[in-house]
Amino acid sequence: MAEEKKLFRVIVDNIPVDVEPGTTILQAARLIGGEVAPPAMCYYTKLKGSGGKCRTCLVEVSKGSTADPRPMPKLVASCRTTVMEGMEVKNITSPRVIDARNGVVEFLLLNHPLDCPICDQAGECHLQDLSYEHGKEATRYEFGKRTFEKHDLGPHIQLHMTRCILCYRCVYVADQVSEGRAHGILSRGDHSEIATYIEKSLDSDFIGNVIDVCPVGALTDKTFRFKNRVWFTKPSDAHRHCDKCCGKVTLWQRGEDVLRVTARKDQWGEVEDWICDDCRFVHKKASDWIIEGPTQVNRHSVISQGHYVGMRKPKETISEVMGGRAPKLLMDIHSVSEVNKPDVDLGALPGPATSAVFNKEKS
Amino acid sequence: MAKKLLLENAHVENIRSYGVYRDRGGYSAVEKALKMTPEAIVEEVKKSGLRGRGGAGFPAGMKWSFMAKPEGVPRYLVCNADESEPGTFKDRYLMEFIPHLLIEGLVVSSFALGSNRTYIYIRGEYAWIVDILEQAIAEAHANGWLGKNIQGSGFDCQIYVQRGAGAYICGEETALLESLEGKRGNPRIKPPFPAVKGLWDCPTVVNNVETIAAVVPIINLGGEAYASIGVGKSTGTKLISACGNINKPGVYEIDMTISVEEFIFSDEYCGGIANGKRLKACIPGGSSVPILPANLLLKTAKGESRLMNYESLADGGFATGSSMGSGGFIVLDEDQCVVRHTMSLARFYRHESCGQCSPCREGTGWMEKILMNIEYGKGKMSDIDLLWDIQRRIEGNTICPLGDAAAWPVAAAIRHFRDEFEWHINHPEEAQKRNYGLANYADVRDAVLV
Repeated sequence: MAEEKKLFRVIVDNIPVDVEPGTTILQAARLIGGEVAPPAMCYYTKLKGSGGKCRTCLVEVSKGSTADPRPMPKLVASCRTTVMEGMEVKNITSPRVIDARNGVVEFLLLNHPLDCPICDQAGECHLQDLSYEHGKEATRYEFGKRTFEKHDLGPHIQLHMTRCILCYRCVYVADQVSEGRAHGILSRGDHSEIATYIEKSLDSDFIGNVIDVCPVGALTDKTFRFKNRVWFTKPSDAHRHCDKCCGKVTLWQRGEDVLRVTARKDQWGEVEDWICDDCRFVHKKASDWIIEGPTQVNRHSVISQGHYVGMRKPKETISEVMGGRAPKLLMDIHSVSEVNKPDVDLGALPGPATSAVFNKEKS
Repeated sequence: MAKKLLLENAHVENIRSYGVYRDRGGYSAVEKALKMTPEAIVEEVKKSGLRGRGGAGFPAGMKWSFMAKPEGVPRYLVCNADESEPGTFKDRYLMEFIPHLLIEGLVVSSFALGSNRTYIYIRGEYAWIVDILEQAIAEAHANGWLGKNIQGSGFDCQIYVQRGAGAYICGEETALLESLEGKRGNPRIKPPFPAVKGLWDCPTVVNNVETIAAVVPIINLGGEAYASIGVGKSTGTKLISACGNINKPGVYEIDMTISVEEFIFSDEYCGGIANGKRLKACIPGGSSVPILPANLLLKTAKGESRLMNYESLADGGFATGSSMGSGGFIVLDEDQCVVRHTMSLARFYRHESCGQCSPCREGTGWMEKILMNIEYGKGKMSDIDLLWDIQRRIEGNTICPLGDAAAWPVAAAIRHFRDEFEWHINHPEEAQKRNYGLANYADVRDAVLV
């Protein structure tokens, strides 16, 4: 019989959960799920060393552990802090955390162009979701935003540095998933940018994954740019036999056309398996793929508007109220008034409808 | 005059050369230490109550005892000579004048910590000091104080000097380690602390130059004798680099019992405010610590005289106190403008932020822009509260202390000199016309800083 592992009991927002030693607070909170899980802009489970940078996942540790019950003086980054037995964590129940998170969102949006209406990421953008949940409607920033030129990273990827929040995820992908060391960040402070080092790693077969890990619209798929809004496209799971990767993807279709191919993502927006650039950029016909069925997008975001499964029509309450009888027409407005006569076809008029139109019909 | 432990021989002719240093009793601490066990040295440093001289004031002996000692894994000692804090120049003085003191301290500390490879990470701009240190290391090597089997003790130690590339952030210990490993100098997320996973994932202790140098008198005198100098938990002597509007700027070694008033006005130290002006404010510990107005500087909120030591300078917390920091003592006279001063500090921190975590990256730039607006007559009254709100949200929410260091000066300036900010906003024309002496030498708006 396998030896039973000792589990740590952690309490997040008054909800207890048992996790293995070495788990981070963020992962423990994700096990509980829902609102208790802190947002994460830079942490990515699959990328070693990621996290700790964006500071959106800050939580308050109100009790360090059973052995040492002192609270931690500062808010801690939940993605990089491991749990202890008996630890008590406050996320949404702590006003301090909410305040700090509001601050972080404000900081992240300072230099963000807010060009969501023309951004391909809109609808599946983590920064957009975060801003809706924690942001303010107005900014207090009155200065010019920093801007950068757009860069083409190879034939398929465009880098729009202006939108970047410097989460370093793409740097880790270039470093860990594709071959060779690629450093990625040039300069420092508020003028640092993802730059040429990463361009040089673009001959790799897996560099397309930087698009999937980008939480904002800084790295976009040039084969999909401006083709469609993501919420109009229908996602479905599909696979093909691929020598390089697992071949398991999500196809985003409008009608018969496959508009883009991405890796499959879980409810936290993290990919299940990396896919290769062939699958992502080259195989863009529905006939290339064996379609398994619609993708259930389990995310609290606009992107989940595009799926069919689990959709329910709103309940018809009027017949219930009337005891099953159909509503009866008591009065037709046109029997007592000549306004908006039904025999005037408004759609056929060349311009806007004016009183002259109705008067002419009358005479 | 108080007894000097570090700078005793600083002005002896040719003290830089090994021969003169040895004649003056140099390397006796190594001789003594090699006869002790490493644990006994750590114990001695613990007894001395020596606190880290880099800024945080963490007890050095405690830091040493936290070092993990797994079998078969090398341990490292790294000397932090990346002294870049505006106002602080004590390490430069120490290394430039008596380099052998640092080497001696490093050999003793390396023996205590079991480090066979010890690094000095030195600020890139101190290029000429690299040569001085290299020369001292070569001399120590030639005389058997470094290298294999030091003085027949069986202990091997080699010291390497590594130059930084001009980043303030690399003075933060984990950023320093990253830089030393040849990577971009971004601070690491703690834990794990360097004592467990430091340089190349091995246990590492990072100590300031002055801390290492202070180990020499501790071994020579004994921990208890060292602890008897000073007061309370501020034991031993401290180097203070005094600058600003004073008659005698320079590096002074003080024992921590003298008052701030004595330090500024006595002829033995700063010699009073230059040009017969009055004292307005002072930053007692390098640019990162809160500024204090004259009344709170000389007397604590309780009305006691404020002393030059860790506890007394921090008395009253950040509301009415400040911090010893790294000992960069910046004095401002009545003509200096706190708004302009705060702006230039904010500018420094914006420039030096590594850009890794968002509050510091975005917040420092925002504060700088607002302060520039106020300074150049375009400020609004609401800007002051906005600044307060920004600094509050940076402080404590960043990976490394640079965020705090950027937030504290702004917070303290608003806390103590709010009327001056308001005056600037209400009198934009006059605020720009005022002559701030040397501080007005250039219009920073024209300077290109990237």
